[in-house]
Amino acid sequence: MSEYVLQTNNLGISFGGLKAVQNVNLAIKEHQIYGLIGPNGAGKTTIFNLLTGVYMPTYGDFSLCGESLVGLSQEKINHHGIARTFQNIRLFNNMTVVRNVMVGLAHQPEYKCDLLSSILHLPRHRKTEYAMRERAKEILKIFDLYDERNAIACNLPYGKQRKLEIARALATKPKLILLDEPAAGMNPNETAELMDTIRFIRDSFNVTVLLIEHDMKFVSGLCDELTVLNFGTVLAQGKTDEVLKNPEVIKAYIGG
Amino acid sequence: MASIFDRMKKVRWDHYIDYILIAVFALVLTVLSMTGNLKNSSAIIVEKIAISMILAVSLSLVVGFLGELSLGHAGFMCVGAYIGGKLSIALVAAMGNTVFAVIISMLVGGLCAAACGFLVGLPALRLKGDYLAIVTLAFGEIVKVIFQQSATFGGNLGLGTPRYDKRSFFIIELITVIITLAAVQNLIRSKHGRAITAIRDNEIAAKATGINVTGYKLAAFMISSFFAGVAGVLFSFSNSTIQATKFGYNYSIEILVIIVLGGMGSLRGSLISAALITLLNEKLRTILTGDLAVMKDLVYAVVLIAVVIYNNAPALKSFRDKYNLRRVFDKIRNPKQDHAFVRDDDAAWDRVPTKIKMDELLSVDIVPGNEFTPDKPSKGGQ
Repeated sequence: MSEYVLQTNNLGISFGGLKAVQNVNLAIKEHQIYGLIGPNGAGKTTIFNLLTGVYMPTYGDFSLCGESLVGLSQEKINHHGIARTFQNIRLFNNMTVVRNVMVGLAHQPEYKCDLLSSILHLPRHRKTEYAMRERAKEILKIFDLYDERNAIACNLPYGKQRKLEIARALATKPKLILLDEPAAGMNPNETAELMDTIRFIRDSFNVTVLLIEHDMKFVSGLCDELTVLNFGTVLAQGKTDEVLKNPEVIKAYIGG
Repeated sequence: MASIFDRMKKVRWDHYIDYILIAVFALVLTVLSMTGNLKNSSAIIVEKIAISMILAVSLSLVVGFLGELSLGHAGFMCVGAYIGGKLSIALVAAMGNTVFAVIISMLVGGLCAAACGFLVGLPALRLKGDYLAIVTLAFGEIVKVIFQQSATFGGNLGLGTPRYDKRSFFIIELITVIITLAAVQNLIRSKHGRAITAIRDNEIAAKATGINVTGYKLAAFMISSFFAGVAGVLFSFSNSTIQATKFGYNYSIEILVIIVLGGMGSLRGSLISAALITLLNEKLRTILTGDLAVMKDLVYAVVLIAVVIYNNAPALKSFRDKYNLRRVFDKIRNPKQDHAFVRDDDAAWDRVPTKIKMDELLSVDIVPGNEFTPDKPSKGGQ
């Protein structure tokens, strides 16, 4: 076992001639909250897409707890322990809140139930359904969504939809969770609350967090370490306060 | 005694009402048939309704719940009808025209159709977009031509098949309807069904949540094809000859019209509209004879367009809300509840509107702008 949860080794991708991301070396320790920042178009979400198998890396590789995951399909990568949320919320809009979370629970071994026993509604099916619903409710309680558990997901207010997306990702029991702009569109109160939630889930779910965010207050208050991207390459890396003082970083963000 | 009563109270009768209704219907017809009060023509109509119901419920799984458009459902039925029909000739010769011959033919015909579903679905369902519609459309036509040209299956004249006893075959069919409905409904109400509807709601998120998208799409498509094949075998037993021309594009569209009219993603609606459309079809057949027979297809078009307008026109919105049957039933059951929220944890499995909008399918742009976009959060104010 390596001491890092996520390690990328010269990770990069090019679309045709365009090198969207190149030579990214991340090393994220267990239990860390790690920030990925950079101006628009720097390739942050592209890195997320690489890490979750949406894109195949052109160069380099990445590994989770020492196990290389390059070339696996998206669902396989999720089964290995990387879960994510999306920049534009992607919930299962026509399903109830509790069922959204239950979808996330489905592939775990303790809720295994083959297709035939589901079609015949055998006792095994009832047992797993019950267990999944109870577990989903527990997760919803953590996110303060329990009262809305039977609401249709798309009827939730925006902040709660964000929370639900995180809850669903956590239901897949990840080792590493990737949050793509979790605080986007939230007011300062909600942002502060979200910071507490993220710290709480890191401790109670025992996950490592990698997040993309533009809100500097949020990043500096939450992240242990940062990587700054600019034009697809790493501009700076290290402890949060040091990185944010780096003149190169300030230049890239403020310009001039 | 009390405990049984309490248990009866807890049973969600609305989950079982469809089965009960069909069973009661079958029982009444059986009594009528045994006392000799059932006309042969009525029995044949019931047989046709049952076949439509099986087709509608199975197609609903793919179109309404998986969110993929299949235009070749009649093609799978054709496979089932010919394979099952051919087999039934041998079986009936060997063991007589019994229920067992029907059951074995149904299983074999269904499995062959499911195998075709696998072959068609494997390449098409790996792709995004409307490829399944194109491939199934082609499949339906190809299968038709193959059976039409094959001498083993009777060629242009069609295949002569043993006809099951008219006065009791509808019982077998209605039982098959119940089995089909139970299988599809149970599937949808399970974690696998949740995965299928998750794929329909958001495929990208489904993948990221660890759902094997291609696998589930293929499984749902194969189950749907299986029951289409079973319906085909039943068709072969309720007709003395089967001709490939019957399973053309129009028939696939007819099944699609049934589930659109019933409300996609609603199995109960599919059952009701299967009965209605089949009855309408029979009535029109007797009214429109000779040159007017072409007009029958026109009726489907009118029905489709009417449903699209009814479901989308902004002017009808208040009417729709007021006379939404589901809401009316909810109100009767529990007048005080807020109906934006669902009643109970395991309720509202049928509450899964489909992502395929029929106006997109028909290229009719009725709604100016997009009045309903649940994806976007409201940006301040009202």
